[in-house]
Amino acid sequence: MRALADLYRRLDETTSTNRKIAAMVDYFQHAPAEDAIWTINFLIGRKPRQVVPTRKLMQWAAEQSGVPDWLFEACYDVVGDLAETITLLLPAATDTSERRLHAWVEAHLLPLSNMELEDRRDEILNAWNQMDEPQRFVWNKLITGGFRVGVSRRLVVRALERFSGIDAAVITHRLMGEWPITAETYQKILAADTRDADISRPYPFYLAYPLEDDPGKLGGVDNWQVEWKWDGIRGQVIKRNSQVFIWSRGEELVTDKYPELMHDAAALPNGTVLDGEILPWKEDRPLPFAELQRRIGRKKVGKKLLSEVPVVFIVYDVLEFSSQDIREQTLQRRRNILSQVMSTYPAMRLIISPVVTRLTWEMFNKLRQESRQRGVEGFMLKRLDSVYRVGRRRGDWWKWKVDPLTVDAVLIYAQRGHGRRAGLFTDYTFAVRQGKELVPFAKAYSGLSDAEIQQVDRFIQRNTLERFGPVRSVRPELVFEIAFEGIQPSKRHKSGVAVRFPRIARWRHDKKIEDADTIETLKALLSAP
Amino acid sequence: MINKHDCLQVTPNGLYCSEGDFYIDPWQPAKRAVITHAHADHARGGSHSYLCATESKAILQSRLGPDADIETLDYGQVLTINSVQLSLHPAGHILGSAQVKINAGGHISVVSGDYKTEFDPTCAPLEILQCHTFISESTFGLPIFKWPPPEHVLQDINAWWQRNCEQERTSILFAYALGKAQRILTGLDASIGPILTHGAVEKVNQSYREAGIRLPATQYVSSLEDRNVFKKALVIAPPSADNPAWMRRFSDRSRAFASGWMRIRGNRRRRSVDRGFVLSDHSDWNGLVQTIKATNAERIAITHGYATEMVRWLKEQGHQAEIVPTEYGDETEVDEHV
Repeated sequence: MRALADLYRRLDETTSTNRKIAAMVDYFQHAPAEDAIWTINFLIGRKPRQVVPTRKLMQWAAEQSGVPDWLFEACYDVVGDLAETITLLLPAATDTSERRLHAWVEAHLLPLSNMELEDRRDEILNAWNQMDEPQRFVWNKLITGGFRVGVSRRLVVRALERFSGIDAAVITHRLMGEWPITAETYQKILAADTRDADISRPYPFYLAYPLEDDPGKLGGVDNWQVEWKWDGIRGQVIKRNSQVFIWSRGEELVTDKYPELMHDAAALPNGTVLDGEILPWKEDRPLPFAELQRRIGRKKVGKKLLSEVPVVFIVYDVLEFSSQDIREQTLQRRRNILSQVMSTYPAMRLIISPVVTRLTWEMFNKLRQESRQRGVEGFMLKRLDSVYRVGRRRGDWWKWKVDPLTVDAVLIYAQRGHGRRAGLFTDYTFAVRQGKELVPFAKAYSGLSDAEIQQVDRFIQRNTLERFGPVRSVRPELVFEIAFEGIQPSKRHKSGVAVRFPRIARWRHDKKIEDADTIETLKALLSAP
Repeated sequence: MINKHDCLQVTPNGLYCSEGDFYIDPWQPAKRAVITHAHADHARGGSHSYLCATESKAILQSRLGPDADIETLDYGQVLTINSVQLSLHPAGHILGSAQVKINAGGHISVVSGDYKTEFDPTCAPLEILQCHTFISESTFGLPIFKWPPPEHVLQDINAWWQRNCEQERTSILFAYALGKAQRILTGLDASIGPILTHGAVEKVNQSYREAGIRLPATQYVSSLEDRNVFKKALVIAPPSADNPAWMRRFSDRSRAFASGWMRIRGNRRRRSVDRGFVLSDHSDWNGLVQTIKATNAERIAITHGYATEMVRWLKEQGHQAEIVPTEYGDETEVDEHV
């Protein structure tokens, strides 16, 4: 545990990529396999299941620290991170332990979920009492289920590559999917033999950057494959050994959630992996993303929901065919193979993503303006001679989205942020005008510069009207332009609409609240092209 | 008025004693300003006359300018104005920092200014004063603020400097130019390498040295021609120096910040410094609570900081407590109030 706490501190202490990699390499050089695999698991963002209700944890920590609940909450509000708040408040430990990470996790953390609440409390108090502050912080991060240290999966992979000499792409692939957290897995991840056996394992996704320039700079349209950009859940459908596996981009195995896709994919030949998008779909067109959200949270999907929100898999690409990894072939070749597969093994709910053809970028641009009517977000541009790469890379794939919708809205509530923005008011609620009232319609967290956040924070401190727990109502005075991707009628929201991906486009210093948009303007966007 | 026995009133210009006709740390120019210490948010210019502790004079004069009319009192020396007796007592915050004690017909009020309970070789230690009314700051008035022993922090600073030195990387340590910087200087291991200072720090060093505080040898950064000196150096600079124009001269560097706010990871990350050293010239939660209790005050008034939380907590503990609103650096103004 001490070694992980030390690694955490070193990662946290620097903003330099090289120093972070060096810290991880140092760690792997000394860590026994059964510890190292847990560390990898946490560093790439996999969380242990939450084993203690947050309320209870707060209560126990407050008791141990001799602090009343309200004061604990006030501290949490300032710190912005539960694991850290607890660490900062607890009294000094009276005991120590040299127990290693895997032992803490396997013998003390994981068994908690099957224990009576009282026993869980004893275990956790006991752990706190055997750890110094850095260890406690890591432990608390593990029990609260959020282990973010500012290293990306890519950085972890680079460290493992430097440590083991195995190519980063191979390691990335081996880290995909589900694997048991054992010393054996760790050895497999770093094994020199690159033949792999796991039949469920997906490939790393290739992700696109947004296109900011004029597409004319990309060269002639002939070199590009243009598809619609669908708004669903990116996924992979795998058929191997007569079994179907469906993965979401979040690397969650979601096969059971989409029985209709599982059924159709069973018709694919063995040794096939398709990349695509899970979309709610009815009468030949996509349903709003909000409809899909009704299915995302469910483990088992009932008949009613299945008929109300049926899904399809829009297929973009083929990554494996006849059990061969074909990611190194050009998009053009892969598309040919994909067309063959799709016509040889027709499946109702697997739909090949149509290629859109126009003669010029201007014509594409004109067509792009119809995106909202068609229920898509714009275009995807893919270079025809490109291979299927790993992760987010510039150059071969671009997302060319339709311009967002915008309204000018008034800041009315604020809450403190978390993580890097802990302690500052960064989570805002915005309202539009309705007669003489203001109706909240969106929350937004991003879009302001650090300097602007400081300014808004100061404004909020000085213009708080009321406090409702962590939320403050603020004198309505500041106007911001809020951008969002789409808008839907909603019965759950007071404003009657729900917007998708709201964010702050800019601070309208030039506008007063009388200049903010009205609910009528907002609702008129429901029918916008 | 804080209470009917009291000689102090809360006014839009700060705490005022009508019987003695003086303000304490006023934020607008006043006829007479009693100054607890020379930090900018407590010692503002423009007043007709000032009164401060003897040790504070040189620094205050350099901050307010040569024309400022500054009277002094030694610690413990009593000045009688009309029917009130005023005296200044060590607050342990920085050199010359003082608590203001006012005795009005047997009723004693103490205004703490900023204070700390920890040992600091650059100033006289906090004196606990028995009083009826204690007006305390609460900059770090939440139980999450617990300071590690300062000697450990200084060891950590030296170790960080040593490691950077081995890699020929300049160690840049941001700290408040008045007080914090000198406190750190007394704890540095000068055998590691040269100690360099920003102009703002060097100016205060001079006043400290003149007051007889022993500081290690320092060199003013901008006077150096040979940049090879930087490789093994530790540089102390105020937080405002963390801008490209000033930082440009150091090619390979590690940045650190010394402040009580570094107790919170988010603050450190927001500044994106490599290291945050938890070192404050204010009291931590325990220091505040212990001091408040030790005064045996019947009434406690809490000023700048987490006043709402401290007052509620003190009330729950059975104390009579209230908030006194002030305009000193608030909880968010990390820069001004380190």
